Amino acid sequence: MPPITLTVNGTARTVALDDPATPLLYVLRNDLGLTGTHFGCGLAQCGACTVLVDGQATRSCVTPASAVAGRPITTIEGLGTPDRPDPVQAAFIAEQAAQCGYCTAGLVMTARAFLERTRRPTEAQVREALAGHLCRCGSHLRVIRAVLRAAAAMPGGA
Amino acid sequence: MAARRDRDRRPPAGAAGRITPAALERLTRRGFLCAGGALVVALGVGSRGRRAAAQGGAPASAAPAAWPTDRFLGKTVAPDEVDAFVAIHPDGTVTLFTGKVDIGTGGRAALRQMLAEDLDVAIDRITTMVEGDTALTPDQGPTAGSQGISRGGQELRRAAATARAALLALGARRLGRPVAELETADGTVRPRDGGPGVTYGDLIGDRRFGIKVDPKAPLRSPAAFRWIGRSVPRPDVPAKVTGRNLYVQDLRLPGMLHARVIRPPAAGATLVSVDEGSIAAIPAARVVRLGSFLGVVAEREWDAIRAAGQLRAQWTGGTGLPDFATLADSVRRGPVARDQELARTGDLAPLTAGAPGTRALAATYWWPVQTHGSIGPSCAVADVRPDRATIWTPSQSTHRFRPAFARILGLPPERVRVIFVDGAGSYGQNGYEDAACDAALLSRAVGRPVRVQWSRADEHGWDPKGPPQLLDLRAAIDERGEVLAWETEAWLPAATQGLPTNPLLAPIEAGIPQPLGRSSGQIQQNLEPPYGIANLRAVVHWVADTPFRPSPIRAPGKVGNTYALESFMDEICAAARVDPLEFRLRHLRNPRGLEVLRRAAARLGWQPRPSPRPADPGAATLTGRGLAYVHYKGTENHVAVGMEVAVERATGVIRVTRVVCAHDCGLMINPDAVQAQLEGNILQTLSRTLHEEVQFDRARVTSVDWASYPILRFPEVPPIDFELIQRLDEPPLGVGEAASAPVPAALGNAVFDATGVRLRQVPFRADRVKAALDAARR
Repeated sequence: MPPITLTVNGTARTVALDDPATPLLYVLRNDLGLTGTHFGCGLAQCGACTVLVDGQATRSCVTPASAVAGRPITTIEGLGTPDRPDPVQAAFIAEQAAQCGYCTAGLVMTARAFLERTRRPTEAQVREALAGHLCRCGSHLRVIRAVLRAAAAMPGGA
Repeated sequence: MAARRDRDRRPPAGAAGRITPAALERLTRRGFLCAGGALVVALGVGSRGRRAAAQGGAPASAAPAAWPTDRFLGKTVAPDEVDAFVAIHPDGTVTLFTGKVDIGTGGRAALRQMLAEDLDVAIDRITTMVEGDTALTPDQGPTAGSQGISRGGQELRRAAATARAALLALGARRLGRPVAELETADGTVRPRDGGPGVTYGDLIGDRRFGIKVDPKAPLRSPAAFRWIGRSVPRPDVPAKVTGRNLYVQDLRLPGMLHARVIRPPAAGATLVSVDEGSIAAIPAARVVRLGSFLGVVAEREWDAIRAAGQLRAQWTGGTGLPDFATLADSVRRGPVARDQELARTGDLAPLTAGAPGTRALAATYWWPVQTHGSIGPSCAVADVRPDRATIWTPSQSTHRFRPAFARILGLPPERVRVIFVDGAGSYGQNGYEDAACDAALLSRAVGRPVRVQWSRADEHGWDPKGPPQLLDLRAAIDERGEVLAWETEAWLPAATQGLPTNPLLAPIEAGIPQPLGRSSGQIQQNLEPPYGIANLRAVVHWVADTPFRPSPIRAPGKVGNTYALESFMDEICAAARVDPLEFRLRHLRNPRGLEVLRRAAARLGWQPRPSPRPADPGAATLTGRGLAYVHYKGTENHVAVGMEVAVERATGVIRVTRVVCAHDCGLMINPDAVQAQLEGNILQTLSRTLHEEVQFDRARVTSVDWASYPILRFPEVPPIDFELIQRLDEPPLGVGEAASAPVPAALGNAVFDATGVRLRQVPFRADRVKAALDAARR
């Protein structure tokens, strides 16, 4: 198949794929070196691989890369850095809302999309927004607090 | 080379502040810390390396892939040497070496705090921490049993204190003042009466101490603590929340191939034939077969995944699994390899005599097979050469598994380096060691570095499992509810005496000899009630076989045992119409145990009354409260957990509405990291209690995804209040496990309080609860 061009974190990236069904996850991790997006199940069950496509939280493990060519894709690396975290990441750091951290990038991405459309969420809304994500270490309470903290810190927040 | 002299046996320096003249001579003639000087630029860690690998891979180089900490190669790892734990660099920065690993548990903060305290440096001077690399760190035992701080940290403190004493001695020589007139302050030795000092970097920078750890080196007294006891932020969190943390899953080496392993379709099945033509459409993929060990490798990961999915193979039938529905019966049938009486005191006659005024109680409790459920399936990278091997793994036991990997590869142990790299959280031994062995065998077969990534089904299907536990409990009580006699009988899978490590999958499949047997952790602990019962028997029937490889999952055995004991204690209280808190307070003697119970109850707002609570028969939702206590392992932490629940009568759904936890682990190094661990213990164990049970048919595990093996979700998570007890003058105990143990019984007791129904089987799935509620109504 011909190469496809992905727009990732604001930059156009062209990749050659053998198989049009190649999930976006593997293109991000292996072709583009963006390993912050994690493989958890390959079944869209756990949320570890969540990225934003057109601002929508999307499971990259079941999304063919060829299906999102040309659409804006944001990964965890596109938000902030350890020195300059974005407001959601800063809130996760402030709450120490990660243990192993393997599920964290997916949570941050979903929180980011959620807060874009729900600027003043209740705690119950935060819990529901994250209901499709699994965390095994038990950081849930800190994650919930972090999302509420981020909401308060973001423009238009409570 | 100077580094080679590290292996010299040197007599220890004297106790701190009393370095002998001979020791001081050696100190001042010390050699360089390690063989290499220059920083080796890591390959594969930075994005450039990753991209190079992705673009078809650089050619395999003759030398093993470099690693950022290779500059320390050649230093001592002897656990009695100061240099095994700490290196001070000319600029005053410090590198910490530990055989313990941080699996999201806060050790990267806490161990730095402990080193900073006793070396007397500001914590941010500790710029590098090397964990679990068998070539660079002392073997401090596996990161297990909640010993990362209690053993790993205390050994580090003693090494740091020894180093500080040596620096004072060096400083005395340099400054021409007696040690008694000097002090240390943030990496400097200086006169107590003022005047210029000399930095640690100037005194020892990148040179060896060359001295033994002094087991009597005085540790900083709690009154003077600067770092211990503070909630220092964990240094790994910023990278983790910005996608910059390196996990083993992210590691890419030059020339590396991606691999998948195809495990048998039935437990014990062997491979008859492989149809390599079935993946002809994926020409880049290659089949590797070693006996019944079957894998595929490819330059591109997606090709390996597709090939693993499409490869056709013929397998024999399996060796069979027991009937899932009657597993408890088969556990009870044994055969039993041996009985072990853990306790037998006093007169057990009341259990059988049936004297007037006494009541006999008996109940059976069941803890099911469970899986670790790491969010990232196991993964490893291995680079195996004819004469050496390097294996990157998140194993919690790199030192312990090095000889096993060496034996399997036919290499001398000193030619095998096992390097810890972060992985998705593990809570004992999940599939990481198996994946490491998979990668090593595949790398050896193809002559290139290989990364093996398990699938979700591989992880749920093939990680070693938390074993089933069956417990019979009996008690005789008098009219006032006093326990006249108690008996615990437990059926637990027998561990194999002297087994060095759990057997791994790949050697079994490949026909490579390895010591066989089972190891399961100290699963017999906490089988004796802590309530001063005079007439007591506790016995384990060690069952000869168990359907899955057992391995420790967080608080192994103690969770199931405490579930049974603390639930049965509640049954006794209910039978005697005694308040469960009052009963425990009356019988517990340990003051630290009494304190956690009192504080948990006070925080919960405990109202004394017997359970169950009188319920409105028409209520759709029934509410109640329960508590449970553990003295972990009988010797460690004291933990009391209280819970409030709401049970939906129509559906059997249990909602945990509130949790309190009072916790005494002695000295808390980092209270916020302690609390994070307690949150993890409580929520993970709530998940295990409410939802988790490995399911299987007669051939294989069938709960191989998150739909068939559900775990706790965000909307279910209750608020938790903590009573954290700081005891500055006590030694630190571990916090990775203990708070798990009381959770199931606290939950079950609360459900009983709400409904009058006793749940003696985990998980407390809604269908089971509803059936129990319906049965109680009839």
